[in-house]
Amino acid sequence: MIKFVLMVNQQGQTRLSRYYESVELSRRAALEADAVRCCLSRKKDQCSFVEFKDFKLVYRQYAALIIVVGVSDGENELSIYELIHNFVEVLDKHFSRVIMFNLDSIHIILDEMIQNGHIVETNKNRILAPLTAINKMAEG
Amino acid sequence: MSDVVEKTLTALPSLLSLDSQPGSAKLSSTAKLGNLIRGITELTSKHEEEKLIQHELASIKEQVSSPNTTMRQMRELMVRAVYCEMLGYEASFSYIHAIKLAQQGNVLEKRVGYLAVSLFLNESHELLLLLVNTVLKDLQSTNLIEVCMALTVVCQIFPKDMIPVILPIVEEKLNHPKEIIRRKAVLALHKFYLIAPNQVQHIHNKFRKALCDKDPGVMTASLHIYLQLIQENAEAYKDLTASFVTILKQVVGGKLPMDFNYHSVPAPWLQIQLLRILSLLGKNDQRTSEVMYEVLDESLRRAEMNHNITYAILYECVKCVYTIHPKSELLEKAAKCIGNFVLSPKINLKYLGLKALTYVVQQDPKLALQHQMTIIECLDHSDVIIKRETLELLFRITNAQNVTVIVEKMLDFLRLSKDDHMTIDIVGKVAELAEKYPFKHYSTMNAVFSLGGDMMQPEIPNGFLKLLSEGFDSEEEDRKLRLFAVSSYISLLQGEPSKLPQRFLQVICWVLGEYSFLKEDLEPSVVLGLLTKLLDMKSSSSETKSWVLVAMTKLCWSEAAVSEAQQVAETYSSSFDTTLRQRAQELQHLSRDSQLHSRVLPPGGRLEPDEVVDSSLSFLDGFVSEALSAGAAPYKPLHQRQEELSRSKVLSLEPYGLSLPISTSSCSITDRQSPTLLSTSSGLSGDGTDFSHRGSSTTLRLDGVKRVWGREGYLAQKKPVEEVAQVEVPSPLRSPSQQGDANSCRSKTPTPTANPECDQEKQQLASSLFGGLSSQSSVCLISGAAKMVNIQRFRRKAKGQRSSSTTNEQRANPTVSSASAVDNLLCNNLLEADTEPINSSAKQTFQHPHSLSVANGACDAEAILTDGDPKERNQPLSSEDFVEADDSPPREDQERSKDSCLTPHLPAELSGFSHSEIIPLCSSQSLDLSACHVQTDNSVVLVVFITNTSEDANLQIQVFCVCESPVEEVRGRSVSVRQYSLTVKMPLVHFELVGMLSYSIPAGMPQAMMQFSYKLPLTSFIRPLTVSTEEYGSMWLAFSHDTKQNLTLIKEEREPLTATLNALNKKLSLHVVEIIGVEGLVACSLLQDQPCLMHCRVHAGRLAVWLRSPVPDLPDCLLYHCQRALQEP
Repeated sequence: MIKFVLMVNQQGQTRLSRYYESVELSRRAALEADAVRCCLSRKKDQCSFVEFKDFKLVYRQYAALIIVVGVSDGENELSIYELIHNFVEVLDKHFSRVIMFNLDSIHIILDEMIQNGHIVETNKNRILAPLTAINKMAEG
Repeated sequence: MSDVVEKTLTALPSLLSLDSQPGSAKLSSTAKLGNLIRGITELTSKHEEEKLIQHELASIKEQVSSPNTTMRQMRELMVRAVYCEMLGYEASFSYIHAIKLAQQGNVLEKRVGYLAVSLFLNESHELLLLLVNTVLKDLQSTNLIEVCMALTVVCQIFPKDMIPVILPIVEEKLNHPKEIIRRKAVLALHKFYLIAPNQVQHIHNKFRKALCDKDPGVMTASLHIYLQLIQENAEAYKDLTASFVTILKQVVGGKLPMDFNYHSVPAPWLQIQLLRILSLLGKNDQRTSEVMYEVLDESLRRAEMNHNITYAILYECVKCVYTIHPKSELLEKAAKCIGNFVLSPKINLKYLGLKALTYVVQQDPKLALQHQMTIIECLDHSDVIIKRETLELLFRITNAQNVTVIVEKMLDFLRLSKDDHMTIDIVGKVAELAEKYPFKHYSTMNAVFSLGGDMMQPEIPNGFLKLLSEGFDSEEEDRKLRLFAVSSYISLLQGEPSKLPQRFLQVICWVLGEYSFLKEDLEPSVVLGLLTKLLDMKSSSSETKSWVLVAMTKLCWSEAAVSEAQQVAETYSSSFDTTLRQRAQELQHLSRDSQLHSRVLPPGGRLEPDEVVDSSLSFLDGFVSEALSAGAAPYKPLHQRQEELSRSKVLSLEPYGLSLPISTSSCSITDRQSPTLLSTSSGLSGDGTDFSHRGSSTTLRLDGVKRVWGREGYLAQKKPVEEVAQVEVPSPLRSPSQQGDANSCRSKTPTPTANPECDQEKQQLASSLFGGLSSQSSVCLISGAAKMVNIQRFRRKAKGQRSSSTTNEQRANPTVSSASAVDNLLCNNLLEADTEPINSSAKQTFQHPHSLSVANGACDAEAILTDGDPKERNQPLSSEDFVEADDSPPREDQERSKDSCLTPHLPAELSGFSHSEIIPLCSSQSLDLSACHVQTDNSVVLVVFITNTSEDANLQIQVFCVCESPVEEVRGRSVSVRQYSLTVKMPLVHFELVGMLSYSIPAGMPQAMMQFSYKLPLTSFIRPLTVSTEEYGSMWLAFSHDTKQNLTLIKEEREPLTATLNALNKKLSLHVVEIIGVEGLVACSLLQDQPCLMHCRVHAGRLAVWLRSPVPDLPDCLLYHCQRALQEP
C-alpha cells in the first residue's frame, strides 16, 4: 500500500504532496520535513529505500527534484522505485519544460496512476488520455 | 438539503461579472502560481514563508468571495489555495468554493474543482454531501470527460452513506462501450467495497465479468477487488485460480498491446499483482498450487532481463513460490534467483535479496547457509537499512547455538542506532530472544534495559520482572539468579545511577525491594540509602520515584531502615504528585506499624504461588449492580470501546502516530498492570483475558509466516545444493563431517576475499552465526512473535501442569487408599456374606465391590458421582447374542455386537434419550464391564453394564460409591445395569472417571482387581439455556469470569454468522438467543444451572467470541469445544 507521494526540491520544500491515508493537516508539514531530511541525509551509494517510523520510504532523485513515496512494510520497494520512474516518464512525455508550476496537471496525472494507495494504471497513453482530452476541450 | 444549498450556490452572482479585476486576467494561471512558488523558494526563513503565505491566503480569500470572480479565475485561485494548504496553511474558506467550482465550471475548471475537493476534504467532512448532486449529474452527463471525472472523484472520496444514490448508475457504467469508463466504474466499486463492503455484496458477478473484460485495463482494475476479497477469504475464489494463471501466462507471453510495456517488460505491476493473488490462493493448498507451477516456472525463466523492474517481479515470484505448496524444482530455481539478488553489486537489489531471504528462511533456514558470507558482509554494511534487514534475517534463523552471537550483533546495532522506531523494534526482538533462550537472559536483559532506554515497550520490563518472580525450573537456580541480580544492581547503584534509563531504575527498584533479603550480609538500610540517592537525583521521574517508595515500603522492616524510611515519607507526604503522596503515606503507615507491615508484606516468603487475585473484582459486584440499578452506564472494556469507535469511523486510519511494531509488544506476557500496581502486587498472575486477546491479534498478523512444508519433503532432495554451500564454511572451524565435503569441492570454490586475516575473522563469525543451521535436529526457527507467545504460554502452562501433576499424584493416592478401603469393605462384606444364605446356596459366588472414584488427567477439578438410585436389572442375555459371540467374529464386530446386545438393557426411562456408544471398559474371564452415558434434559447418567459371561455362576455384586449399595446377585449369563447420575464440580475440557473393580471368589481364591476409566467431554454436560435478550443482558453484567478468542467462521456466502451459530447449536447444543446484524448472542448452561453466555461478533472475516460465566474455567473449556466444533468439517 502506498501511503503518500511527495515531490520536494533539494531545499526540502514541498512541491506536491498527495496522501492516501488521512493525516491531519497540522502534522503533514512535520512529517514531510522529517521524511525529506531522512532521504536527503543518505549518500548516493546507499539504498533507495529507508525505514521511516513504522513504514518505509522509497525515494528517487531527478536533478533538483526528489520524489518520495511512503509505503507500508509489505510493499515491494523496487516496484515502487520503478513506479516513480514511470511517473517521471509520463510527466516528461506531457510537459516540455518547467513542470512544477502545473500543480493541477501533475495531480491529475497522479490521480490516474494511484488511487487509494493502489497502483491503478501504468500504461502511459492511458494515464495521459483524460488530461489530454480535458486540455483539448478547454482550448477548443 | 444539499439540493437547497446547491441552488443557493448557483444563485450566487459570481457568473454575472467578467473581468473586473484589471491585470489579473493578463497573467496566465500558471504564471501566478509560478510567482508564488518562486517567491517561496527564494525565502530563507520559516517566518518569512509564513508571512508570505498568510498574505497570499488573504488575497485569495478576498478574491474567491468577490462576486466578480470568474470560474476561470476561480480555478487558478483554487490551485493556489491547494498549494498553500499543501505547505501546511489551512485554507478552509476555499473548500466551499472548490465544490462550487466542480459544480459550475466547464471541463478543466470542473476537474480542478474536483481535484481541490479531493485534496481538501477527508472522507467524513460534512461539505462532501454537497458534492453528491454534482457527481450524480456528471455521472449522467453525455460528455464522456465529465463522466470520467465524476468516476475519478468517486474512486477517491465519497460519503459512505450516499453510495446507494449513485450505485445503480455506476453499475450501469460497467457496460459502457468505452474502456476508460468501465475501468473507472470497476475502481469505483473497489472503493465502495473498501468503505462499505455490504453495499456491493450483490454485485460479485459483475466483478467476474470485469475480470473477463476484453480490455486489459478493465481486467487489471478488477484485480484490486479480487486481491482484497481473496485476502479476506481465499477459499471462496479458488475456482478463479485457472483464470488468473491464464491471464498471467498471456501477460508474461507478451500478448498485451505494446503500450502496456515498461522498458520492454510487459505490464510489470500487473504481473506483481497477479503473483500476489496466486500466492494467496496457493497457500496451504496443494491442488491449487499445482495449477500455477507452470506459469511460475515461466515467470522465473522470462525474467532474465537485467532491469530493476524484472527483479521486482522476480522478488514477488520467489515469494510466491515459497508461499504456495512447495515444488522442489521451483524452489531450487527460486533459491538460485535469490542468489542473483544478494550477490548483486546494486544496493537496491541486495536489499530486496535480503528481504526475500528473510522471507524464505522462515520456510527453510538452511538457505541462509548458501549466502552466509554475503550475510556477514551485509552485517557490517555502511548502510543502516541493509544492516537492519540483515538483523531481521538473523533473527529468523536464531537457534540455541547462535543466539549469543546474534544477540550481541543486535546489541551492537542498538548502541549505534539513533532511530527510535528501529531501537524499539530491535529491543523487542532481543527481549524476545532473551526470553526464549533464558540462559543468556539476565545479562542480555540488563543490556536491553540500559540500551533500550525509556523508549522500549513497558511490557518488556514487566515481562522480565514477571519471569524473574515466577522463576524457571529449579528453586536453587532462581535464588542464584535473583541474588545475582540484587548484587549487580547494588553495584550499579553505587556507580552512576543517573546515567541509567528510568525504566531500568524502576526494574532495579523492584528487584531490590523484592529480593534484597536474599543477600544476607546486606543491611536493608544500605539499600534504603542507595534508593534515597535515587530520590534525590534530579533526573528521576516521578514514576521512578514512586517505584522507589514502593521498594522502600517493602524494605523497612529493620530498625535502622524504619527511621530512614520515615524521614523520606515525611518529605514526600506533601508532594504535589498524588501518586507519590499516596506511596509516601503507605510507607509512613507501614513503617510505623511493624505488625501490619509483616502482614501486608511478609518478609521473604512473598509470592505464594497459590495466592489468588480476584481479577474479576467480583467483590465489587454488589456495588456495581447497585450503581447500575441507580442508572449508571454499564462498563465497557477499553478494547470494546475502541472497537466501537473504529466501527463508527471506518477509514480513520491514524497511520502516522507512534505506532509500534506489534511484534515487540507480543514478547511480553504481562497483563497491562501499571508498573506501580505490579510492584505492589508482586507480579501475581493477572487476568488472562487481556493476554489472550492480545495474543490472538498477533497471531493474526503473523499468519503469513507459517512453514509450508516439513523437513523431510524438500530438504532431502536439496542435499547437493547444501553441500556446495558448506564449501564456503571456513576450513579451520569446520566440523569434521563438513571437512570431507569441502575437500572434495575445494577446487571449485573461488576464495571470496583476498585479505586472509579479515577473512578468517568473518569465517569465524560465520561458523558461530550459522552454527545451528547445518544440523537439522537443533534447527529452531522463530517464525515471528506469534510463536514466542506460544512458547511463553507453553511455559506458563507447563508450570501449571507441574503443579497439577502433583495434585494428580495426590489424587492418585486417595484412589489407592479408596481401593484399600474397598478391600477392607470387601473383607467386611465377606464376613457378612458368610452369614448370608445366598452365599451358601450359590455354588460359586463372585463378589464385586465395585468402587468408582474419580481422578483427572488435566488439572485440578473433579467430578463426583452421586449414586442415583442404582437399579439392578438382572436380565438373562438372549441366547442369540451368545450364538453371535461364540462364532467369534472379528473384534470390531464383536464390539459392535456388544453395543447392540447391551442396548436393550438400557433402563427404560433412559431409552428416550440418545446414549453414547457403549464402550467396553475391561473384562476378565468371567465378566465384562461396559459403560455409556446418557444425556437427559437435566442430568448426565453414567450407565455401567456388568455382564456375567460365565455359564452357570451367579455373581454377587456390591457397588461402592459415595454410598454403599446392597449386595446384589447377578445370575450367570446375565447383565447387571447400574446408573450413576454425574455432576460437575469444576469444569474441564474432558472428564475422566476412574473406577476400581475388585472381586473375589469366596472359596479361598485370591482377590482380583480391575481398574477402568471412562472418558466423557464437557459437552455432555452442556444444555441449551433459553433466555430472553433482556435476561441475557442482565446476566452478562453479573458474570465475572470471561475469555475471548477469535474463531473461524463457517464459510458460507450469505449468512456466515447464522451458519456458524447453527453449527454450534447442533454440535454443542448452545441456545442461540438472538442474532442482531453481525452480532450473535448464545447461551447455555452447565448442569446443573451453571450458565455460560457467549457473545459473538463477525469481525474481519473471523468470529470474535466472548464468553462469560459465573463459573471459573467454564468459559475456557467451552471455548475449546467451540473451536473444535468449528474446525471439524
